[in-house]
Amino acid sequence: MPIRTALAVLTATTALVLTGLWVGNNVNMLPLDASSNAPTYDALFKVLFSIGTMLFLGIVILLVYSMFRFRRRPGDLSDGLAIEGNLPLEIVWTAIPAIVVLFVGIYSYDIYERMGGMVALNDHSAMDHAAMSSMAAAPSALQAQAPGRVWGGIGAAGMDAAPGGPVLPVEVTAMQFAFIFHYPDAQITSGELHVPTGQPVELHMEARDVIHAFWVPQFRLKQDVIPGQPTVLSFTATKAGTYPIVCAELCGPYHGGMRSNVVVHEPEAYAAWLQQNSPASTTT
Amino acid sequence: MTLANPSDFNGSLQPQGWLRYFSFSLDHKVIGLQYLVCGFLFYLVGGALAGAIRTELVTPLSDFMPRDTYNEVLTLHGTVMIFLWIVPVVNGAFGNYLIPFYVGARDMAFPRLNAVAFWLIPPAGILLISSYFIAGAAAQSGWTAYPPLSLTTPAAGQVVWILSVLLLGGSSIFGGINFIATILKLRRPGLKLMQLPMYCWAMLGTSILVVLSTPVLAGTLILLSFDIIAHTGFFNPSLGGNVVVYQHLFWFYSHPAVYIMVLPAFGLVSEILPVHARKPLFGYTTMVYSIMAIVFLGLIVWAHHMFTSGTPPWMRLFFTIATSFIAVPTGIKFFNWLATLWGGKIALNSAMLFSCAFIVNFVFGGITGVALAQVPFDIHVHDTYFVVGHFHYIVYGGTVFVIFGSLYHWYPKFTGRMLNEDLGRLHFLLTFVGFNLCFAPQHWLGLNGMPRRVAEYDPAFTTLNQVSSVGALLMALSTLPLLINVVVTALHGKPAGDNPWNALTPEWLTSSPPPVENWIGEAPLVTEPYGYGHHQDQPQEVAA
Repeated sequence: MPIRTALAVLTATTALVLTGLWVGNNVNMLPLDASSNAPTYDALFKVLFSIGTMLFLGIVILLVYSMFRFRRRPGDLSDGLAIEGNLPLEIVWTAIPAIVVLFVGIYSYDIYERMGGMVALNDHSAMDHAAMSSMAAAPSALQAQAPGRVWGGIGAAGMDAAPGGPVLPVEVTAMQFAFIFHYPDAQITSGELHVPTGQPVELHMEARDVIHAFWVPQFRLKQDVIPGQPTVLSFTATKAGTYPIVCAELCGPYHGGMRSNVVVHEPEAYAAWLQQNSPASTTT
Repeated sequence: MTLANPSDFNGSLQPQGWLRYFSFSLDHKVIGLQYLVCGFLFYLVGGALAGAIRTELVTPLSDFMPRDTYNEVLTLHGTVMIFLWIVPVVNGAFGNYLIPFYVGARDMAFPRLNAVAFWLIPPAGILLISSYFIAGAAAQSGWTAYPPLSLTTPAAGQVVWILSVLLLGGSSIFGGINFIATILKLRRPGLKLMQLPMYCWAMLGTSILVVLSTPVLAGTLILLSFDIIAHTGFFNPSLGGNVVVYQHLFWFYSHPAVYIMVLPAFGLVSEILPVHARKPLFGYTTMVYSIMAIVFLGLIVWAHHMFTSGTPPWMRLFFTIATSFIAVPTGIKFFNWLATLWGGKIALNSAMLFSCAFIVNFVFGGITGVALAQVPFDIHVHDTYFVVGHFHYIVYGGTVFVIFGSLYHWYPKFTGRMLNEDLGRLHFLLTFVGFNLCFAPQHWLGLNGMPRRVAEYDPAFTTLNQVSSVGALLMALSTLPLLINVVVTALHGKPAGDNPWNALTPEWLTSSPPPVENWIGEAPLVTEPYGYGHHQDQPQEVAA
């Protein structure tokens, strides 16, 4: 390869990488991050956005450059060069996507593990963990009636690292076209989810009729709520505020209207909310 | 090349003239064009349904049509576009027309089965759409028909939907068997597998996917219909059924279905680029292996549609890895296409503009696809407009762009006349701008909280939804220059001659349109379908 070509390729690649990094770090496409999981997600998003920008721009620039540089001049009836392949080149561009995909895969696995996604919710250690976390609380109806039937979702492993005390269990029932939140400890039933900042929350979810999905965009978390199969979703809210809960699985004519709110309180305000809404005047 | 009048060789009892396009013709070329025109009519139907969706979404309120009608419209839109437009056209239309030429045969292996496969489509399509006009009866559970929703929505429409999809699936299986038999068994003596044009490999891979996965969908939908009609409990949780099992079975077909829509497009692009760039297809062997790798990987990635369905962690991990690795063979194909263009003599005509835009759109959709394969990324955007944007970049920006490019490329062969280039470029411009305006903003909407399949949304999302609807309007307008072009040039277009592009693949080595027997006399032996640049000394004539 002539030295000038090599320099040009090097310069173009560097410019592309820098552009990708700049775009990934400076173009914000995401809503507010309001859970402990969200900043981790956003970091993954930045990496994917940077790599995606580099690849997309690189390929489009090559394509558009070829379309102009090698366009057929009027009157030119000749063919291009009879190049049928080039093994080293093909090895290079097998390696590029392979390396990108490996890197992205390992990185996102790490992110997923930090989110608690890799805990096997129906193996013994996980069940022990769930039992421990609910020792302070009265065992929830759901866990009592169906031990071992809790299937999937984002588990509580990520919670080990999270400070903030015992896990707050909330039972979620989804139906056409509403979510109902039941606090087994406080005996409160609500149409809105109220949670404190800093305390891990574990939603035990089941649907009554069709499949729904519980999604809070500001938490970057979603989990289907399925009839006949309980699912779990754990998170720790970090920023006080009111965020939408959106049903994300087609569930019937009013699917688009199946929305609620999650109200994230500072711990004191949450205690006050519990106090106000508890049917018994004493709360745990 | 001079050939005798094809009508001299009319030895069959088939009707002649325009009537044969409405007959049970056994001619693969007639059947191919039947698929193409029939598919395009359904594209207009599916497009009108898309227009209704985008009109509803101009405002945040559900105010254009009743909510259950909206769900019927989105269900029919998806079903029509997939099963009646893209799959039949990119497989049935171009496959039937081109494959016998490419293998050096006079027809498909099973001409009667071929005609049956086509004639299943119009009644199935009419059945599907007519269910819409039976009050409140069209299917409302999306093209995915997830139970228990599909068990609780009006039963008549759902059963008609199942029946229609079963017929279309049957048509698809018949076609797949026919392509495999034709490619493997009807090759002209002396023609080796590794000398076939790339579209043959794409159709071989696609047909393997069709034959392996479509029966699973058929079986699943039959069980679903039992649940609806006979109140069995396969997928009904109140009778002990399991709703997630349905999703596994459904996606075991419906993810390969993406490759059933996309691989033939890869094949068609591999035919168009070398002709208009006047260069051999770069890396023929790696292209073949890439197709087969995509076929294999395509069968083991289905559960990436189910990352929020409560699937166990090991399963999510496996399907993340398998899905990500599809990027490798796909990436090879795109780099090879770029290398095909590099150093060529590129004619920027309509066929080429659509093919190059396909590369841009598909790379974009592929990159968002690799992102979506990552479980933690997917958990946020699953079932949102991000996904809607992503798959339209794949199936519209990818496959439909290739269908249009192919139309400009092969129309001279179909009719013997050239399509008008000015109208073609106008069609391209409106489609490209409209498409990107329509679907690019949807990625942002999904990331920021707009779920898919909703008739109403947060008013904060109004502006981008309106931009998207304007894009949809441009896409609707883009069909006008196409329709005018196709109809007017069929009657008054510039005569094309037999080989206006001076191409080397076998379909161009006969008259336009070709005779019933495809070639007068023996089929030509084409061992170098992409041998451009080898014979520079010979004077050649190339159309603009």
